[in-house]
Amino acid sequence: MSALARKSTVGAGVSLPIVGALVAIAIFLVVGSLSSSIFAQQTVAGLAQGAVFGSLALALVLIYRATEVVNFAQGEMGMAMTYVGYQLTLWGLSYWLAFTLTLAIAFVFGVVVQLTVIRPVQHRSVIAVVIVTVGLFILIDGVVSWIWGADLKFMAAPFGNQVYHVGSVAFARQDLGVLLVSILSVILLWVLFQFTKLGLAMRAAALRPAAASLVGIRVNWMLAIGWGLASVLGAVAGLMTEPTQFLQPTMMQAILIYAFAAAVLGGLESPAGAVLGGVLLGVFLNLVGQYVHFITSELRLPVAFAVLLVVLVVKPGGLLGRRQVRRV
Amino acid sequence: MRAARHSRLIVIAATVVVIGLLPSTMDGYHQGLAARVAIYFIAILGLNILTGYTGQISIGHGAFMAIGGYTTAILSHDHHMNLLLTLPIALAISFVVGLLVGLPALRLSGVYLALATFAFAVSVPQLALKFSKFTGGSNGTQTDTSFSHLKLYVVSWICAGISLVLAWLLLRGRIGRAFRATRDSPVAAASSGVSLPIYKTLAFGVSAAYAGVAGSLYVIATNGFAQPQEFGVILSLQLLIGAAVAGLGSLWGVLAGAAFVGLLPTISASVPLIGSAHGQDVVFGLMVILIMLLLPNGVVGLLAAVGRRRQARS
Repeated sequence: MSALARKSTVGAGVSLPIVGALVAIAIFLVVGSLSSSIFAQQTVAGLAQGAVFGSLALALVLIYRATEVVNFAQGEMGMAMTYVGYQLTLWGLSYWLAFTLTLAIAFVFGVVVQLTVIRPVQHRSVIAVVIVTVGLFILIDGVVSWIWGADLKFMAAPFGNQVYHVGSVAFARQDLGVLLVSILSVILLWVLFQFTKLGLAMRAAALRPAAASLVGIRVNWMLAIGWGLASVLGAVAGLMTEPTQFLQPTMMQAILIYAFAAAVLGGLESPAGAVLGGVLLGVFLNLVGQYVHFITSELRLPVAFAVLLVVLVVKPGGLLGRRQVRRV
Repeated sequence: MRAARHSRLIVIAATVVVIGLLPSTMDGYHQGLAARVAIYFIAILGLNILTGYTGQISIGHGAFMAIGGYTTAILSHDHHMNLLLTLPIALAISFVVGLLVGLPALRLSGVYLALATFAFAVSVPQLALKFSKFTGGSNGTQTDTSFSHLKLYVVSWICAGISLVLAWLLLRGRIGRAFRATRDSPVAAASSGVSLPIYKTLAFGVSAAYAGVAGSLYVIATNGFAQPQEFGVILSLQLLIGAAVAGLGSLWGVLAGAAFVGLLPTISASVPLIGSAHGQDVVFGLMVILIMLLLPNGVVGLLAAVGRRRQARS
């Protein structure tokens, strides 16, 4: 009991300097947005992109927390589900009906993947699981290109192309829509985890598998449901990437790297950190791209890599993660 | 014991003879294909030294291949250097880069190292695009001379042979023991006087040097073209898969891993129905998952298990 209590206090503690830095960043963004309309536009666009990174990062963190596995196929699973959504709209469904149905399919897909290929290797080494997810990556890529072809596809724009003008600042309705949908799905997930019995059981299964199974929680099923939920988040990220990147089998590969960087920035174990990390990274990349002329579009990925590396070396726990203490 | 040693020598001699005689029975296309297996062999061997012997995972070895490959292409294109002479330079440069990458890797392990090296693999081709004056951008750089299929085959397999011998010499002695000690128990290794930082970084450097040489040959094998898309993430993933198929920590399985990665896509392409570019990916991904599910220790693990069963029966 005492061990549990100690762990939870360590987990909840966010250090003061980090809170201070976050507040400073927020003030900087607000002041900058008020003084320059380009800054404001880039910030909002960055927030929208960052929300997409954040949802995929959250998917990674959900799985990592439960099983200490990083799913390299997370982005490709989201990409495949986006194609499913595209196919549904081709069959005449309206966008939002297709969207909802796609999320349901994504959930089943995630559960099936966990049951069939992940569960058998789960208790082996990290390398074994990583390689299985890598195999999944290539397999999904091949299947999607096989069915739909590798050329660009276009879905109907879900949010239209209107632009709102507030003073001299132009906000794309699409950016606001992407931001809204991503944030909404994250909040729904948080509610599920925090306020439902299923969420409680899932948290228990992730935190203390042995104890959870002793009180009657089916840990294996909770893990499978976790994969299902992560797959839903990946599908949201994919569908929200589509309006800017369009549909192609490689659409999520860069997003996956950004999501990795975001998850590490926030602390691989912290769901809130993943979303925060995603948003920060999205805004940072946009502003740096706007104001530092050396950083052209080719350097966006290397910059994300640099962020990831710096965080890993300087503060491996990330912004909101707890410090890793290991006994030897 | 001695019988086992003799039979192993016979197997080695037979392998060498087969590889030596093979090109006379093949046309140019198949010689090129077989050379590709040798190239994968070198790269996977390097990765296996790192991942199998020191336990540091890397999903970034395609990037080291890119560094070796670009070294060869640029030296040949801009300075008209003999292709064979570029190999040791590619080796040296990738060794140094490997040491540099190994330094931050000291603080990372497991999943974190996998993520960092993966991001490294993604970043290097982007850097080649960015500094296009130097690398030729998305068009790439082409070497100004090229090898015939037969010469490529001979050079690649000789390099593979040298690599294997060097790896064996390196791993059988003091350094190999130190590598394994850092993998199995870092604490025990450190307390017996094995310097973890030195050996871990060294493993990264050696492993990158192997990948660099493989990258040079890889560029020569693709008509001398070094292009960013040739060294994409998929290449790094293939190397890791090859090492897993080989069975981590075993030198002899590497041949099987290299053959798997180098030949399976081509073989599955010649099968009707699935014989499209995307069909290859489907087969490849499926095989990877099946092998991981069914043969947890790679091909060598399977052979060892069969051997144990036969011994138990007799």
